Amino acid sequence: MPAADAAVLARRERIVAALRAIVPGEGVIATEREMRPYESDGLTAYRQLPMVVVLPETTEQVSRVLAYCHAEGVKVVPRGAGTSLSGGALPLTDGVLLGMGKFKRIRELDFANRVAVVEPGVTNLAVSQAVEHMGFYYAPDPSSQIACTIGGNVAENSGGVHCLKYGMTTNNLLGCEIVLMTGEVLRIGGKYLDAGGYDLLGIVTGSEGLLGVVTEITVRILKKPECARAVLVGFGSSEDAGACVSRIIAAGIIPGGMEMMDKPAIHAVEEFVHAGYPLDVEALLIVEVDGPQAEVDHLIARVEAIARDCRATTCRVSNSEEERLLFWAGRKAAFPAVGRISPDYYCMDGTIPRAKLPLVLKRMRELSADYGLACANVFHAGDGNLHPLILYDANQPGELEKTEKFGAEILKLCVEVGGVLTGEHGVGVEKRDLMPAMFSEADLAQQQRLKCAFDERGLLNPGKVFPTLHRCAELSCMHVHAGRVAFPDIPRF
Amino acid sequence: MADTLKPRDAGEVEAAVQWALAEGRALELVGRGSKRPFGRPAQTDLSLDLSSLSGVTLYEPDELVLSARAGTPIAEIEALVAASDQELAFEPMDYAAVLGTDPGRASIGGVLAANLAGPRRIKAGAARDHFLGCVAVSGRGETFKTGGRVVKNVTGYDLCKLLAGSWGTLAAMIEVTIKVLPKPETEATVLVRGLAPARATEAMAAGMGSSCDVSGAAHLPASTAARIPEAARVGGAVTAMRLEGFLPSVTHRRDALQAILKTYGELAQLDAAPSRAFWKAVRDAAPLAASPAPGGGERPLWRISTAPGRGAEVAATIAEGASAEFLFDWAGGLLWAALPPSDDAGAALVRSALAAAGGHATLVRAPAAVRAAIAVFQPQDEALAALTKRVKASFDPRGVLNPGRMWAGV
Repeated sequence: MPAADAAVLARRERIVAALRAIVPGEGVIATEREMRPYESDGLTAYRQLPMVVVLPETTEQVSRVLAYCHAEGVKVVPRGAGTSLSGGALPLTDGVLLGMGKFKRIRELDFANRVAVVEPGVTNLAVSQAVEHMGFYYAPDPSSQIACTIGGNVAENSGGVHCLKYGMTTNNLLGCEIVLMTGEVLRIGGKYLDAGGYDLLGIVTGSEGLLGVVTEITVRILKKPECARAVLVGFGSSEDAGACVSRIIAAGIIPGGMEMMDKPAIHAVEEFVHAGYPLDVEALLIVEVDGPQAEVDHLIARVEAIARDCRATTCRVSNSEEERLLFWAGRKAAFPAVGRISPDYYCMDGTIPRAKLPLVLKRMRELSADYGLACANVFHAGDGNLHPLILYDANQPGELEKTEKFGAEILKLCVEVGGVLTGEHGVGVEKRDLMPAMFSEADLAQQQRLKCAFDERGLLNPGKVFPTLHRCAELSCMHVHAGRVAFPDIPRF
Repeated sequence: MADTLKPRDAGEVEAAVQWALAEGRALELVGRGSKRPFGRPAQTDLSLDLSSLSGVTLYEPDELVLSARAGTPIAEIEALVAASDQELAFEPMDYAAVLGTDPGRASIGGVLAANLAGPRRIKAGAARDHFLGCVAVSGRGETFKTGGRVVKNVTGYDLCKLLAGSWGTLAAMIEVTIKVLPKPETEATVLVRGLAPARATEAMAAGMGSSCDVSGAAHLPASTAARIPEAARVGGAVTAMRLEGFLPSVTHRRDALQAILKTYGELAQLDAAPSRAFWKAVRDAAPLAASPAPGGGERPLWRISTAPGRGAEVAATIAEGASAEFLFDWAGGLLWAALPPSDDAGAALVRSALAAAGGHATLVRAPAAVRAAIAVFQPQDEALAALTKRVKASFDPRGVLNPGRMWAGV
């Protein structure tokens, strides 16, 4: 992380007092005991107490806090519900932790235009619940949806099991109000489609809290599908399961959800949930199709036929809503189920071209043996997003470090086969130093120049995403050889 | 003297930009020229023609992914994926009809740089939503890559989003990767006859708010409808909603949609083939194609994006000030307006009509002198304009690439 600024720490009391003047009452927390809950997010291996926690309630307060910190050279780390799995909200010892949890209002539900206008502290699930009575829902559904907030979803461009058909957060947003580090308040987009200029909403989405603090979000809501049914299919090999996924897509079917688990994951889950998963298979696939009854029945039959063609060893179709939910209960409990069989587990998040799955699984088994650490896999099979769970014991000296090394090798493997470091959890602190595995210095410099356009002093969430911090002046420096570049040998007309 | 550089590969694109930087020259980026008359006129007499960077470099139907050099004709890509029963789900419009350029000439780079979309925008998104990765040369003369070849990716900033819709003002794309999707097995369209725009908006909201999974919702007033044969046969104003998918599903949803829409007016129906022809015409705003206005001169054409529920009201306000023709797409949220020729192409009228509803209006067609004199893209407030300039400078600090195409000074 960036070195702590001693001059800022020396002024701590003054800074806290100034922040109290902006956010009165209990909105500023400065005692160690009360700041403790904010010391880490979902990536609990990393912990750091912030200098002070500020919990603003209005856009004006956010603007004044940021303007003050900008003028004083104080770093700021924004935080939603703190469910990040990549350390995106990890505090800084010399920084303000800006908690957006008090922005809890749903400002407007507009069914005629099929949008909801919400504050960033509203949870993902609460948006769907607020529009449920009219038969609508908000499509992106990260597995932390009970707790995670829309503001955090925007920062991380969160996904979920329905991404293949319904897109990630970025495909479901229309507008936002955002406060820049200078305190400037900007409105981007609204209840209409696309940007009138540069797609700034698109760039803010997934920027991991490095570009601005979002204070209001306009999301698209969709009418719920009439019904959904799932098929549970077991295979004797991950190759057969992978082939089945490809055949389903080649048949023109885009399932609402398509999830795969490997043998260790299946066993962990079945012992925990008793979902009736077959234990004598190497890979298990859940394929869910949604839509009108006529479509669902038609497609389920086709999926079943494809599965049998792909040498499925077991194949069960849900015949009731209870049975469908039971199929999912296992998959949804995969993380806690693995948590039961191991003192700790480390959840990875790479994406690969689907066809590379058998190769990647084989290499992971080899790595698992080399490191002496077990590994279970759950996989958003439709879009190639892999979640290996490495089982370890943090109380064993050196085991966390070993686990992180194993994890890094898995992610590098993902990049090597044509995939990416992170599909939905974000880079944060966790994968920051792996960025050069995927991007050249020029690639990263261009991204950082964009950061400079939003936050020239580099005060907003520094230490995340980028392995090396450069000053903006250094990044914008250009070596132009005026009149000294020979005209290139390019066809000219 | 007008001059064109035609690089043969990525290295030559980089060399050309570096040379332009060193010489203090600016470059007009041209793919295949299909949208050249769009935006503010080029502020340079030196063009960088990227059409030699052509060819699909990767297509894996099972992985739903395709990579191509930026100058590849979109027609070539569409034909290739169609052979695997796939398509570009964002249904990119062809600007040829409204701009009077040659049809079918767009390049994939141009399609992305303009963030094109079609009627399916309301369901499947725009080019931005299908743009997975890119290699490009910035205005600093540096080659960089962003994104990847997989759909689910949050590694680093999503620069593809920024390049989509930047009209070549940030970087020259070299190679792009996009998502492709299965082509629907069939389609059908339900039509409602004779609705006024406000009532049509309600009908489209009812369709969009149902479980029928409508993938296109347009309203054509009588004069516009008369120019699409499939709509003209029905007669009068036409409100259309499209259903796509597997046959049993389309049949079921068509019945359900008809049950909802019959309270709005008399219904008609288009089967798959006429439905396809109808939506292609809507996609390309063909009824408002380039043709001289009565009394001479080209009619200016505006493209307005607003909340679906407000489109009819914006159109009514414009109609109070000028004799205009309209086409409503995106369930009322996309309004095409052809106005009589005037000094400002109707900008004052359009922008004030849109002010209350919110959204953005772009002047798509007007004489070059008019496009040079007025704001073609939606004017921005001070803070947004300043941020836009900083974003531009972060890619192209010397203003080498398409300077002024979107706004003066950007």
